[in-house]
Formats: sequence, structure tokens, C-alpha cells
Amino acid sequence: MSASPLAEPVSAQDHGSATNPGRIGSLLHRYANPGRFLRLSERLSPFLVWPAIVLSVAGMVWGLFLSPADWQQGDAVRIMYVHVPAAWLASLGYAALAVCGVLSLVWRHRLADLAAAEIGPVGASVTFLCLLSGSLWGRPMWGAWWVWDARLTSVLVLFFLYLGHVALIRAFDDPSRGARAAAILAVAGAVDLPIIKFSVQWWNTLHQPDSITLTGAPTMSFSMLWPLLVCTLGFSFAFAAIVNTRLRAAILETRTRQLLLQGARE
Amino acid sequence: MTHLPFIAGAYAATIGVFLILSVSAALRLRAAERRLHAVETRRERVRA
Repeated sequence: MSASPLAEPVSAQDHGSATNPGRIGSLLHRYANPGRFLRLSERLSPFLVWPAIVLSVAGMVWGLFLSPADWQQGDAVRIMYVHVPAAWLASLGYAALAVCGVLSLVWRHRLADLAAAEIGPVGASVTFLCLLSGSLWGRPMWGAWWVWDARLTSVLVLFFLYLGHVALIRAFDDPSRGARAAAILAVAGAVDLPIIKFSVQWWNTLHQPDSITLTGAPTMSFSMLWPLLVCTLGFSFAFAAIVNTRLRAAILETRTRQLLLQGARE
Repeated sequence: MTHLPFIAGAYAATIGVFLILSVSAALRLRAAERRLHAVETRRERVRA
């Protein structure tokens, strides 16, 4: 389907308030127009879908069959190749949700509310996946499906924040009020992200410390690091592709509702 | 392979979650495209 009927004129609202938003602000407001964003999103779609499929399959096959077993954990370490990318995406997804919240609250960005509504359920799903795969890894390694450890508990809190966001955005008759309340929750809940990150340093936890840091060399073998990075990249592309597809659908649904309302008024 | 049920469970859950998310997103997009196309066609017919 051609996107041309969706191209909407750029209104004054799309350019924000009277204050000069600067270069980044201008770029953000440029893509606040749903028609313009939809055209970009359609062009972007194959560049997200194909790397997602190729990298995710390659990373999982590499991790499952070609990477070595750990000398302590044995083959259970292979769960790491799905658990770590899920954990990374759970935090990244919530950071994206918080950014959407700021864009919505400060600039009343039209697409930020739509994007937040689509990121929420996907983020909740990957956080659930992180908890589930962690539990499946913890049972043979720690002898328990769950422990009230700082890292696990803070990720569980993140999962509840996602669920709260999904519920809150749909809790009001007026969608803009729901979006505003959810945006406040998203921004306030972002305080959980540094707690998750530093929980293994601040408290004595059963969960192992980070093996990959920005400042130091990785503490794992490169034969394990490479498949982990490929999986993380593949899952990140998959996350972006799914959110992109859901966002395109949400824009089209909004446009359909607008047309039906216009038709009813005429 | 040691701990096979746990490993298989984790990978099956991952594939399942991503499959459900991607298939439902693709179906929703197709339904939204069709519905918009139908509404636009009806509007054009009414205007004509």
C-alpha cells in the first residue's frame, strides 16, 4: 500500500513550542509527523528484519552447537546466549520508554506516545523472557528457580513497571491522559535502570558480576564473547523490527480512526 | 549435552516469544493496511 495518502501537512505543533528546539529538537519534530515517519519506517523495515533473522539464527546456532562448554557450568552456560541479550533489551527497552516519556511530557511529541504504547508490551515480553531464562539457568547452577537477590529483584521490579505502563496507558477514557500518566511512570521508573546495572556491585548477590564492561577488558573467552555479541545484535534488530512494525500498524489504525470520525462528521 | 532440558526450555521460550511478537505484529500491520484501504476506498466512492 502506498503511504502517500497518509502524508499529513506539518502543523505548527509539529515544530514544537515557540522556543527554538535546536538541531536535535528539529530532527525530533520533523519525524513527529506520522506520514513522514511512516515513509521512513517502511524504508527502514528490510534493514531491520533481515539482520534480525540472520544474526539471531547465526548467534543461537553458534552459541548452542559451536561455542565451548564452560569448565564450571558445563553446557548450561549456553543459556547465557539468550539470557544476556534478553536482559540487555529489557533495560534498553525501558530506557527507550523513558526517552519517549520525556519527549511526550516536554515537547508533546505526537509519535512518542504511540511509540511508548508499542514498546511497552514488547519490553514486558523480553523482560519476562529474561526472568524465565534466568530461572532456567539458576535451577541447575544455584539449585533454586528463584532467589530474592538484588539483581533478580530489581529486574522483577522492571517487569512490574512495564506491566504498570501497559495497564496505565489503557486505563483512561481519554487516551491523552493515559499517555501522560504512563509517560510520568516511565520517566520515574527509569531510576530502576542504574539499580539493575549496579546491583551486583552495591550488594552481595548470588548473581555473577558483569562480564562485559565499557571500561575494562571482558572477563570471558572470545570463543564465548563473539556468539554472545552476535546474539545481542540480532535480538536488538529483532526488537527494533517488531516495535517498528507495531508502530506502523498503530499509525495506520490512528489514521483509519481519524477518517472514520471525519466521515461520521460529514 | 548436560542440563539439556533447561537449555532446550530457554531456547524454545526465546524462539516462541519472538515468533509470537513478530507474527502478531505482521498480522496487525496487514489488518491495519487492509482496513485503511477499505475506508479510503469507501470515502472516495462516497465523494464521487
